[in-house]
Amino acid sequence: MANQQNSKNENQGGGFSLLGLFRRPEAGAAAGFILIFLFFGYFGWDKNFLTALGSSTWLNFASKVGIIAIPIGFLMIAGELDISVGALIPAGGIVLAIAVGLYGMNYWVGAALSMAVAGGIGFLNGLLVTRTKVPSLIVTLATLFVIAGLNAYVSKQLAGTTQHSLQDIGPVSEFLMGDYHTLILGEGESATTIFRSLQSSFFIWIFVAIVCFYILHISPWGNWIFAMGGDQESARNAGIPTNRLKIALFMLSAMAAALVGMTEATLANTASTTTQFGMIFNSIICVVVGGVLLTGGFGTVTGTVFGTLTFGIVFQGINFTTFDKDLNMLFIGVLLLVAVLMNDTFRQIATNASTNKKK
Amino acid sequence: MSKTAVLELRHVDKSFGPIDVLHDISLKVNEGEVLCLLGDNGAGKSTLIKTLSGVHQPTRGQMLMDGQEVSFARPRDAQDRGIATVHQFGGTYPLMSVGRNFFVGAEPTKGWGPFKVFDREKANEIAVKSVQDFGITRITDGDRLVGGLSGGERQSLAIARAVYFGARVLILDEPTAALGVKQAAHVLRIVNEAKRRGLAVIFITHQVMHAMAVGDHFAVLIRGAIAADFRKGEKTREEIADLMAGGESMAELEANIDGAA
Repeated sequence: MANQQNSKNENQGGGFSLLGLFRRPEAGAAAGFILIFLFFGYFGWDKNFLTALGSSTWLNFASKVGIIAIPIGFLMIAGELDISVGALIPAGGIVLAIAVGLYGMNYWVGAALSMAVAGGIGFLNGLLVTRTKVPSLIVTLATLFVIAGLNAYVSKQLAGTTQHSLQDIGPVSEFLMGDYHTLILGEGESATTIFRSLQSSFFIWIFVAIVCFYILHISPWGNWIFAMGGDQESARNAGIPTNRLKIALFMLSAMAAALVGMTEATLANTASTTTQFGMIFNSIICVVVGGVLLTGGFGTVTGTVFGTLTFGIVFQGINFTTFDKDLNMLFIGVLLLVAVLMNDTFRQIATNASTNKKK
Repeated sequence: MSKTAVLELRHVDKSFGPIDVLHDISLKVNEGEVLCLLGDNGAGKSTLIKTLSGVHQPTRGQMLMDGQEVSFARPRDAQDRGIATVHQFGGTYPLMSVGRNFFVGAEPTKGWGPFKVFDREKANEIAVKSVQDFGITRITDGDRLVGGLSGGERQSLAIARAVYFGARVLILDEPTAALGVKQAAHVLRIVNEAKRRGLAVIFITHQVMHAMAVGDHFAVLIRGAIAADFRKGEKTREEIADLMAGGESMAELEANIDGAA
């Protein structure tokens, strides 16, 4: 009996390698990324798409969306949405700039204050969603406009302008939050460029991805997030503090948005109150392309990262090709559709492939 | 068998505002016994389950566990006392793995302090073993997504989970309703296994065949009241079916009950 069991396991193990790979939930997003990368690598070859500098173009762009996309992905796995990030990005930058520029605070005190403000707004989002049961799309749509309004009003009242300068913040803060980084190994002829002109936000993105990977896939909290998105009622019955968890996730996405706003302000030495409506859609596209199920309960951090990379390439890559730049949006729309269909297929493989039905 | 019942209801009424849903329900379920609650739709079965599992509180009457009066303010209180409710899909999450499903809300961890790590291997091992102990030998891989399992297997997973976490009373809400014949037989085997392990099982169904296969004790619920209460072998299948079908006319039912008494 035991032997039989073992041999069956081994049989499964034998045919596993490829199937096992396809079964991984991020398989769809990874395959999409490779396809898009090869496509633009080929068509963009002549315009240096694959060089260090060329890659930085889309990596820098992707990093900012990516930092927000991962926590948005968490929320979507938990069955919620947060579109207030569009106004939280400028809010993060302005709070920092006002704190440092107007009140002369230390950069990091200002950054902490900015994070605290964002956390507070995220808390409010979460509280409204969990208390009122109004869909989070509507709640965060409302807060999006409330914050956008406050951004402009508070800026004008305090500083009399909607453009705040953020100068002389010191080399360490500049290095960590908003600078261009280049790494070249070797000297002269044998010099190898590892990367060139990558913004600090790229490295922050990697850090955020690692921390979030830990939260979702390694720590026990990940299980709670999945369970909440899969079936909230059952999750609550299983003793998961669904409301508190949801509020925490809204705080996370708000703080991620503020972080992006701060890196942008630090890099540009100026913070603007312009609401970034584009980033709302961009982050959602990245998450969906990354294989997160809109209805909740399914998704991975790795998938979201792949989705963001894919999106970054498609958004920026067209400049490296001979295609008309006006087709950019069309490419993104097609990408989204194809990605969703592909992810559905891969998800079906994931749920059914190993069932090994004996009828 | 003179031991006290694990769970007992005494003259429980439940009303929502002016609407009475349950009248004077008295029920008992002992260890290692299956109580089948039969009733047509709208008979008050779900309200009764919700009262038992702590979602609703009885308006009047008493609930006792091991002879001690209890009251549950929340479902969690009922769970802490060992009352586990398994609904049609058993609170399983289709897009999560067997191991993760099994331990939702009670994840095994390794590591220390803030660096706790979900112990996937341990979770998978325990989950697969528990499910296999219930006779579901087809589940061998704890990483498999639950969505790929059959309805019966998902039920079994939920029941195995409840047992693993120390349930003493298992409330099964129409576990066989959405299943085919083979799958239903599967679930019934698991109900028997739970009974063999000494659990008190409350099995809610409107399929008389399924009830007859596992039940020791039967209660027919009609319009919120217990219309008949009898033990295994006291009534034939036809009689029970008549009882349930006769729910439309109370007079006929009362005649039936009188006839049996």
